[in-house]
Amino acid sequence: MRRSEPDGMGRRRALECMAWAGGGALWTVVGGVPRSALLGGGAQAATLADGFSFVQISDSHIGFHNPPNPDTPATLAAAIETVRRTKGNAGLMIHTGDVSHLSADAQFDTAHRIIQDAGLETHFVPGEHDVLIDNGRGFFARFDKAASTGGWYSFDQGGVHFVGLNNVQDLKAGGMGALGNTQLEWLERDLAHRSASQPIVVFAHIPLWVVYEKWGWGTSDGAQALSYLRRFGSVTVLNGHIHQVVQKVEGTIACHTARSTAFPQPAPGSAPAPGPMQVPAARLRSFLGITEVRVVRGQHQLAVTDSTLAA
Amino acid sequence: MIRRMILAAALLGAAPTAYAADAAVSISNFTFSPQVLTVPAGTRVVWTNRDDTVHLVAGTPPATLRSPPLDTGDHYGFLFATRGTYRYFCALHPMMTGTIVVK
Repeated sequence: MRRSEPDGMGRRRALECMAWAGGGALWTVVGGVPRSALLGGGAQAATLADGFSFVQISDSHIGFHNPPNPDTPATLAAAIETVRRTKGNAGLMIHTGDVSHLSADAQFDTAHRIIQDAGLETHFVPGEHDVLIDNGRGFFARFDKAASTGGWYSFDQGGVHFVGLNNVQDLKAGGMGALGNTQLEWLERDLAHRSASQPIVVFAHIPLWVVYEKWGWGTSDGAQALSYLRRFGSVTVLNGHIHQVVQKVEGTIACHTARSTAFPQPAPGSAPAPGPMQVPAARLRSFLGITEVRVVRGQHQLAVTDSTLAA
Repeated sequence: MIRRMILAAALLGAAPTAYAADAAVSISNFTFSPQVLTVPAGTRVVWTNRDDTVHLVAGTPPATLRSPPLDTGDHYGFLFATRGTYRYFCALHPMMTGTIVVK
């Protein structure tokens, strides 16, 4: 099924996104414009091979054992096998958090063992499920050694400036995700002297913009972070947490959420609570479908294409 | 399914208060129920997670109330020794809030 919706924003740049729920998204930067392509679709690897590319996976929730997925290591392994098979010349992988379900050492170790099979240098940011014990010591010791004491960091690769943020700690009652003043000041300094023409990729677990406040799907001070990014010509914000693909484009800032490798969650407001969406185990992959979103250069149409893996 | 009972002694009063009784808070559909629970001093409040994902009961700072991660079916008990109003939330899903009033 394909449907096109007017975006009404008059963008001049192109953005293509195809994301497979169960596996990950392959991101490619061509001419400074990040694009993503479905992993497992052989054609994309050839067409995007000229640019720097990377992979995003999210929300592996190792340790979750309830329906609809009693075997989250198996679905993570399936996702990593897809990455390994289709990564092409991808330069790195990012994991946008909730590696574990309960912050247990054994869960982190299982995830680490599976993820390293991708054969890609992998950069992690924590999800709230990863920092439940000892302020996330087990997570940071394994996955985020380069991080400052607050769990945020940046680096450059392939001409892209990557910024990993932590918006899952010191959360306040009644609130949403939060970055905090110390991290915001660091981010402002980190971006201050960069050329506006350098592509920026920001990744964090909880969406930086408010997807659905009632379920806490947003970051209370995310707007402040986005304000530091407005002057750049190409900004891509990659998040997880909500186990489904949601996208928002505002000016030069494109925000995307990735699906989980473990289980789907309901669309905002479509269920009483944001817990795991119950789907028959045999049909799990039909709920972990493919979404393509494409903004065609020079046009004002946002094309959204959904299809399932069961086809 | 692993079920755990985790008990914590309250350090809320200078003088130790004898355990008197239990009172229950259920965690279901990302909601603490009852949302406001009034108990006499010396009551141990026991939270039980009936959801299919993890929750973590955390007192609003500077409270000492903090459970370990509660998986499906897990319990956590906390002895409220001193009168007062104690607000708490879920550290994973901070929109989930509740209050224990100790009289």
